[in-house]
This record gives sequence, structure tokens and C-alpha cells, in this order.
Amino acid sequence: MAVELLKEKYRSQVREVVLGATKEEGGTRSHTLKVGGESALPFLHFEGTIPNRPLVAMEIWDIVPEEWPASLKSFFEDVYDDPGAWAKKCVEEYGADLIAVRFKSADPDIKDASAEDCIATLKKVLEAVGVPLIVYGCGKAEKDNTIIGPLAEAAEGENLLLGVAEQDNYKSVASAAMAYKHCVIAQSPIDINIAKQLNILIAEMSTPLLDRIVIDPTVAALGYGIEYSYSIMERARFGALQGDRMLAMPTIANVGHEVWSKKESYISEEEQPGWGDQAERSMAWEAATAGALLQAGMDILVMRNPNAVGLIKKLIDDMMKG
Amino acid sequence: MGLTGLEIFKHLPKTNCKKCGFPTCLAFAMALANGKTSLDNCPDVSDEAKEALSSAAAPPIRLVKVGSGDNVLEMGDETEIFRHDKRFNHPTVVAIAVNDNEDIEAKIDTINGLAFDRVGQHYEVDMVALINASGDAATFKAAAEKAAAKTQKNFTLVTSDVAAMEGALQVLADRKPILYAANKDNYEKMTELAKANSCPLAVKGENLDDLAGLVEKIVALGYRELVLDPGSRDTSKVLADMTQIRRLAVRRKFRPFGYPTMVFTSKDDPQEEMLQAITYVAKYTGLVVLNTTKKELLLPLLSWRANVYTDPQKPVAVEPGAYEIGEVNENSPVYCTTNFSLTYFLVEGDVDATRIPSYIISVDTGGISVLTAYADNKFTAEKITAAIKEYGMEEKVKHRQIVIPGAVAVLKGKLEEESGWEVIVGPRESAGIQKFAKERFA
Repeated sequence: MAVELLKEKYRSQVREVVLGATKEEGGTRSHTLKVGGESALPFLHFEGTIPNRPLVAMEIWDIVPEEWPASLKSFFEDVYDDPGAWAKKCVEEYGADLIAVRFKSADPDIKDASAEDCIATLKKVLEAVGVPLIVYGCGKAEKDNTIIGPLAEAAEGENLLLGVAEQDNYKSVASAAMAYKHCVIAQSPIDINIAKQLNILIAEMSTPLLDRIVIDPTVAALGYGIEYSYSIMERARFGALQGDRMLAMPTIANVGHEVWSKKESYISEEEQPGWGDQAERSMAWEAATAGALLQAGMDILVMRNPNAVGLIKKLIDDMMKG
Repeated sequence: MGLTGLEIFKHLPKTNCKKCGFPTCLAFAMALANGKTSLDNCPDVSDEAKEALSSAAAPPIRLVKVGSGDNVLEMGDETEIFRHDKRFNHPTVVAIAVNDNEDIEAKIDTINGLAFDRVGQHYEVDMVALINASGDAATFKAAAEKAAAKTQKNFTLVTSDVAAMEGALQVLADRKPILYAANKDNYEKMTELAKANSCPLAVKGENLDDLAGLVEKIVALGYRELVLDPGSRDTSKVLADMTQIRRLAVRRKFRPFGYPTMVFTSKDDPQEEMLQAITYVAKYTGLVVLNTTKKELLLPLLSWRANVYTDPQKPVAVEPGAYEIGEVNENSPVYCTTNFSLTYFLVEGDVDATRIPSYIISVDTGGISVLTAYADNKFTAEKITAAIKEYGMEEKVKHRQIVIPGAVAVLKGKLEEESGWEVIVGPRESAGIQKFAKERFA
């Protein structure tokens, strides 16, 4: 018997955001990337278009990541001291679509590096790779407010994705994006109302920025409350398709950052014999977290383990087949 | 997703006789729509109306039971598309494939060992999918015997050969396995077999159209204990099919799809296979059969299943108590926080990362977070003091220092007074614990 499929008719779609800029466009990237633009729930090709595949960014630091477990560090041992080489390895060997640079050195408790130091690093990375870049500060808002602006200025026209604007601290990042033509990550704490409110606040500063916002809804790792993030994402994406333009932004998740601080990632098999091999388990934990989030509509996954990146890229290949 | 009160009302006698205990037929209909009464309470309802109403009032997806005795697995009975609307009821059954021509005993031993304890929860693989890979009925039966003797887990028996199925059922019929599968060639005999042994019957279609047709034929033979396999194996196609089956069953009440579903993973690489299963657990699959027995891959899968199937309307709580993080001793630092699981796990992860063995007291706040609990008088000096005593902290450590969350620094004075312990105000955010501990305790 012929089954009549149930296809949703949505009123709207996710905004499409362009990352990076080529020489013609005022930057130095070898190509740009588009993200978002979906007019259906994740990978439901039968009822809409998924014009752009989700992207996988790999995260690099501007200091040696001492706290990473050896099984993760070992991939990058030859390139730690050189963020440019590290970025290049991620792109050329591991297939990263984007590079996310985290300026850990700026942390007042680590090196308290200056904006100038950070700019020098950013320039190295821009020279080393042609992919568009994501820029994160050290995670301490007060300090980040003093480095993101200068970084944005130094890379004017590159159309970076700048992190992160938050509800009580969005102006400096948003104005840097506005002034020097970059995109901005709007981060909200697992709260759909704040996600929306923040976008409205940014739009009040500059309406054109609406097409350059990527939402970070804040994700939890698998086993640590990921279901909250998952459901917030599903609701936001459903809202976007139903016509809520202030939620209709592509999304980004700091997967590696969440996963690699969790016990499942670093505890050895000797200490936890029932959990299997640490190296493969930690990789699987990151891949599983990313795979789950793809089903809620995540557009950019920021990851660390090259094998997890490879697996997720294969999964995305499969999911993009109509 | 049942009928509305008005739709039900149309089928009632409209006599307002009150025999059902409600003042009017309409009031009865409304109560029925809300599941507050049963149609049996109406003595005058016609048989046609009963038929119409019972099929319409049936749950959109049938509850199907596998197994027997204390070892019953429930599948189906789902009513939602999105978990944020209402919880998903029956977690995806995870089965591991065993071929009848491999070393059955060794493989079953491995499967029996696929059990995990994490965050106070116990996860395990539910089922063995015994596959007639040899194509030989006697081998299949012998394998069933070996497997049955080795494990109490439930079974899916995988063969399209009716004779082989019959043989294995001589061994396993009491355990009420899923019979996999009825197809267009064997469905009459498979249905007969399932019926005779009261076992759930898997129905495998070539595609959705074929599946719906096959289900109708089997239902016409009078059997409804079904599990549906749309036959797709490519990840994106499985997602599409599972989505359609769920939507059509729940939203359109399309009866042929009103059953739990199942699928086999198709990737040879165990890691890729795990990611396929992650996708299927997220999207509506009732049972997934995997090949891998690697713990490091099954732990994330089973954790994800536990996450997806939690109740989104209830704050998830951890058991209140004193948790030992690492090899604690009488000098170990003592932290306290609430028993809201998100808060507790964050704190646990960050305390663990300090690599300084510590206690965390999870105070019973009814599963709500620090500031909410404080505002609601559930995280108070009295409650923390009671927890210190109740969980025996005065015996467990010889110092008298407790770290409280920075967000409730205001509790310090009162808590010191109540408990007699020195109160150290910790960081406002859990992420600050590492640095805090390094300065304070290292």
C-alpha cells in the first residue's frame, strides 16, 4: 500500500551565515564557508533543504595544553609550540573545516598575555591556513574585552567568527564585529529566552549583524546534562522554522571543551576497569556528544580529537545523503 | 493524542442517564478524553461505537512486551515527537548480534559482562540477537540451547526460515523472544508461529509502503504484537523512515505504523556503528542491533540512551549523600552543593579534576540548583548542618572545614554557628574549583 508521507510545511528557515573572506572580499582566506540555511529539521531531506553541511572546527591553543590527557596531546606533540603549525596540521592532516583559536595565554592566571601577543599569534595562524577562523578569548570576560577588539581590528575584513557575546557582556564583541566586519558568537546559558533576548540586544546595536550571528546555546557533555541542551536546541530550531527570526541563526557547540574535562575522557582503564580503553573511550565520548547534537540541529562543532573529527565528518557525509 | 471530548461525544447515546456517574454524556466524554474514566462505565454504548472508540482511543503506538517473568522488556507506547513536550517512555532496547556459527559461549560471556556503573546509575546491554548465519536449522537450534543456558537476557531470533525459527523456539519459546522476521514470503507461517507461542513478531518491509501492506495482512490474520523494521540501513534513510513511522502513528493515527520499531546498524567499523546507533536512539528507534561488544563504545551509547529517556519535566536529582571523589582520607577537603544533577555533576567533574581526593556532600534540595534552592529555603544552614551529621562527616574527616558555593556566601555566618564548622566560601562558578583547590588545598 502507498503510504502518504507526513511532510511539515514550515514558514521560515534558518539564516545563512558566511564565514571567512577571500582576497576579493577584503580578507585573505582561500575560500569562504556557508553555514545554516536549513528549511527542515536536521537531515530530513524529504521536507526541505539542508543547503550546507554542518562544519567541524578543530580547536587549537596558544599555549601547550598541559591539562589534556596524553591520548589527546599525542596527536599534536610536534606542533604545540607553534599555533600556525598546529592549525596547519588540523587542516591538512585531519580535515578541519575551520580552526578555532583559543587565546588561553591571555588568562590573567596563566600568562596574562597582551593583545599584541595575541595578534602576533593570530597572524601566524592566518598565514598558515586558508580556512576561515573562529576566535575565542581566554574565557574571562574582563580580560577578553581587552583583547577581542584589537584582534578584530588586526584581522579587519577576514570575517572571523568572534567569541563570545553574552547577555551581560555583549557590547565589546558585537561592536568589534560591526566595526571590522566579522561574525559573532552569541552565547546563552542553556536558555532559549536568553538566546533570543541576546540576539535582540545585538540587533539593536546593528540590524545587519543579525545575519552574522551564530548562536552558542551552551552544550553539556554526554552524560552531564546534554539532554537539556538537546531539547533547548530542538525547541529553538523548531521555533526558527516556524518563523521566529530572532532564533533563526545557525548554531555552534564547544564540544571538545565540554567533553575533555569529564571523567569519561581522562580516567584510565586501570582506575575504572569496567569502562574500557581510555584512548578510544574518550574519543568515542567526544564523537557521541557531537553525533547527538547533530540530531538537534547543530551547525558547527568545535572538537579536539582528530579521530573523533574524522568519524563525525563521515557521519555528516552519510546524513547529507538525501 | 486521543480523540477530543466532542469527537467521543458523537458516539455516545446522548441520553444523559447519569449511570456512568457523570451528570451528562458530554461531561463523560470530556472525562474520557482526559483518560479519567473508562468507556466500560457507559452501559448503553453501542457495539459499533465501542469499536470506533476503542480503536481511536488506543495508544498511537502499541505497548509490546518481550521476555517473561521478571525479565520483561517493554517497547513502544510512545506518544511524542519531541522529548521536550513529554518524556519518551520506553528506552531503545540495545541488542548485540551473535551468529549461530561463532563461539556462542565466549560471545555470550562477553555480552553478559557489558554492564556499567556510572553516576550512580546502572546500564546494561538488554538483549542477544541470535542470527541464523549458518543457514542451517540444526545449528541455529543448538546455538539457541547454548545461548539460553548462558544468559538471562532477552532474545531476538533472526531467521527468515520458518523451520529454523520453529526449532529455536522449542528451546526459547518460554523466554518470549522477538521473532525476526515476517516478510512477504513467509508472513503467514511466521504469524502462526508467533501466535502459537505468544511471541512478538518483527515485520520487515522492503520500504515503508511494503511494510504498511505487510502489517495490514498480519493484523488481518489476527496478530498485533508487532515490531516494525522498515528495511532501510543507510543512516539518513533510517532517520527519515523512523521519523515518518513515528509521525504517522502519533499525528495521523495511521494504524499500520502504530508499533515499536527496530533496525540493524550497517557499518563494519565499530566506531561508525556506534554513531549510527547514537542517531537511532535520538530518533525514535525501539530496538537497535549492534555488532560491537567494545565497552568503550557501548558506554557512551547507553549513557546517551539514559539521557534521551529522562523526564524533561522533572529536575534530575542525584541521591543525596556524601560522595567520595578519589581515594579520600581523614584530611580530605569537604565540599557541599545541591543534589540537582547538573550542578552536582559539574562540581563533581571539577573537584575530580583537582586531583585532590575530596568529599562532596550533595544536600537534598529536591533536585533544584544552588540559588533556586537557597531562595526556596531548601539550601540553608540547618539543612547543610543536618547533612554533615547525617552523612557522618564528623567521623569521616578530622578537620572541621566545609566549602560552600560562592553564590551562597551569605550562609557562612549562620552555618558556622549551626554546625560549629569553619566555612570556606568557594568560587561562584564550579569552573573556578580547580584554581581554588590548588591555592587552598594543594
